[in-house]
Amino acid sequence: MDQLLGFFLYFLSLLTVGGIYALLALGLNVQWGFAGLFNVGIAGFAAVGAYTYALLTTDVSPFHMGGLGLPLAIGAIAAMLLSGAIAGVIGVICIRLRADYLAIATIGIAEIIKLFLKNQTELTNGPRGINKIPRAWEHFTEERFYTSAPMSWISDAAGWQAFFDSLPRWWWQPMFTLTILLVIFGVYILLERARLSPWGRMMTAIRENEHAAQAAGKDVTRRRIEAFILGAVIMGMAGALFAQHLRLIDPTNTFDPAKMTFLVWVMLIAGGSGNNRGAILGAFLIWTIWSGSELVINTSIEIIANYQDMFDVGVLRTRAGYLRMLLIGILLQFILQRYPSGILPESRPAAIGKQ
Amino acid sequence: MWASFGFEFVNFYFIPGLVLGCIYALGAIGITLTFGILRFANFAHGEVMMTGAYFTWTISTLAGLWLGWSLHPLVAAIPAIFAAIGILMLIDRYFYKPFRNAPTIMVVMASFGMMLVVRSTVQFIWGPNQLTFVKGIDKPNEAVRQFTADLDLMILVPNKHFWIMAGTVIIMLCFTYLLERTRIGKAMRAVSDSPDLARVTGIDVEAVVRATWVVGGFCAVAAGVFLAMDIQFLETTMGFRMLLPMFAAAILGGIGRPFGAVFGGLIIGLAEELSAYPWIGDAPFISPGYKTGVAFTIMIIMLIVRPSGLFKGRTF
Repeated sequence: MDQLLGFFLYFLSLLTVGGIYALLALGLNVQWGFAGLFNVGIAGFAAVGAYTYALLTTDVSPFHMGGLGLPLAIGAIAAMLLSGAIAGVIGVICIRLRADYLAIATIGIAEIIKLFLKNQTELTNGPRGINKIPRAWEHFTEERFYTSAPMSWISDAAGWQAFFDSLPRWWWQPMFTLTILLVIFGVYILLERARLSPWGRMMTAIRENEHAAQAAGKDVTRRRIEAFILGAVIMGMAGALFAQHLRLIDPTNTFDPAKMTFLVWVMLIAGGSGNNRGAILGAFLIWTIWSGSELVINTSIEIIANYQDMFDVGVLRTRAGYLRMLLIGILLQFILQRYPSGILPESRPAAIGKQ
Repeated sequence: MWASFGFEFVNFYFIPGLVLGCIYALGAIGITLTFGILRFANFAHGEVMMTGAYFTWTISTLAGLWLGWSLHPLVAAIPAIFAAIGILMLIDRYFYKPFRNAPTIMVVMASFGMMLVVRSTVQFIWGPNQLTFVKGIDKPNEAVRQFTADLDLMILVPNKHFWIMAGTVIIMLCFTYLLERTRIGKAMRAVSDSPDLARVTGIDVEAVVRATWVVGGFCAVAAGVFLAMDIQFLETTMGFRMLLPMFAAAILGGIGRPFGAVFGGLIIGLAEELSAYPWIGDAPFISPGYKTGVAFTIMIIMLIVRPSGLFKGRTF
């Protein structure tokens, strides 16, 4: 029974992290799939979201500024707004230039964000990071929430404590996963509407032939900036959820610019860029492969360790993570060359009247 | 004057800035050549620098173990350059060439992927820890110190900095000769100016592409080894840390302008080091933690004001 529960919780955590990556992939899909904007600063936007959320919602802390203890929803909304605002600035500067410049600028801004989070120690606690970030649902069990309104209207502290003690320890986990899945569903519905709307068709036109779209009177630069901001807003949201999931964030390891950004790219390309369902599918698939490969590689290292004693297997153990990265990199190259449209290729909306 | 201001400024800010600038300049040559000739921003370039430095370390370590020789890093760098160029050719053949006729953004994506593939390979083979490249403290050159002290302008330059600056100048002279005097160099410039026109006039574009990787790889490994000589250790993120300043240098000098890239590299290197000088008051003008930010800011300003760079490079 315990083992079954363990599998269930592992499955939930796959869904949780996979879901957060799915949100990132959806955000990237707006930028790359819809508008053809090459963003390699995904980790930066996610970090902005995560830190904004963390600073606004955590309890007062001597280690970092803020700890305003605001409601979780306000933190998440602020995360989205700030991430979008940064994208707006970048967009205004770089979007009229060719995609390569945007790529350089976004990887740059991700680095700058990381530098800022690392060096502004009094604001963010620097490399040591922020901890005790409230996680949706689980946060109800924190004293500061159940002793304040609106929870205190229903019952007093002792009543809530007794209630939470009566629940299994992992009660919040399915709720949290469900919340993330609901967020994905909501974002998916909105993005599908956007894709099928005149706005989405215009985005496709701009991506496919910029000059023709311009000649048809479309404001190419403005539309592109809109898409870039929209994508960044979704990434900020994903960052806020990521902070909730981890509860402890730091600038270097949590938001390793290359790893996180790169994984999201592999997810979108594998799933099918331009297709929202493809982005979600790719995210869950690649995340399952990514975390599954950890098990496989670790198990094979143990097998190697059992059958030979020629060399020290400890070296392999510390380096297994790099092997995973190498394999996922090769996977990207393979997909790019052989299946550039991904598992679920983009389907254009039918012309009006032909549906 | 010298004692109160110049000594500290020149020795601790200006000369290190110049040395850093030389390293950026060599790296930016490769970036600007691939951008100009193959028309894509090569994100894997920093990793080539890093790999070259790791090769150099391995060769000099093996030479020490097996033959008992203690090779100077610059000697060990020669076989490392060949190895790195070979790897670049393989990468180009299998990962970039399939996209030659596709939208350029596909190659950018492929190069972004290669950045991680190369880095994780190096991390897997050599491990994630720092390696000591050169042991000990390199003392300032005694002859120069003595000579300039007699003139009341004491300059402290370690030998490694002389090697780096002299090496950069020599490589630059060879590079100038290559571009200005040789057939392949002229062909490279022609392809950079207009690939279609170059193809029509019968230039073998694939040969030019190979030459680009040879020159870019040579300069990248030189830059990587110089950087390792300067900081005296190796780590797997050293290439990635150089990437942004090198892009900034290439954009500052103008894309497709190798000499612009060198100039840009020197400017970026100096700007990064001089930004930490206490221009106002006693504290560093900009906290050293934000050095990378200086390069990025220069790049962004350039993109707003003059995307073609100082030397009228290409804009896409």
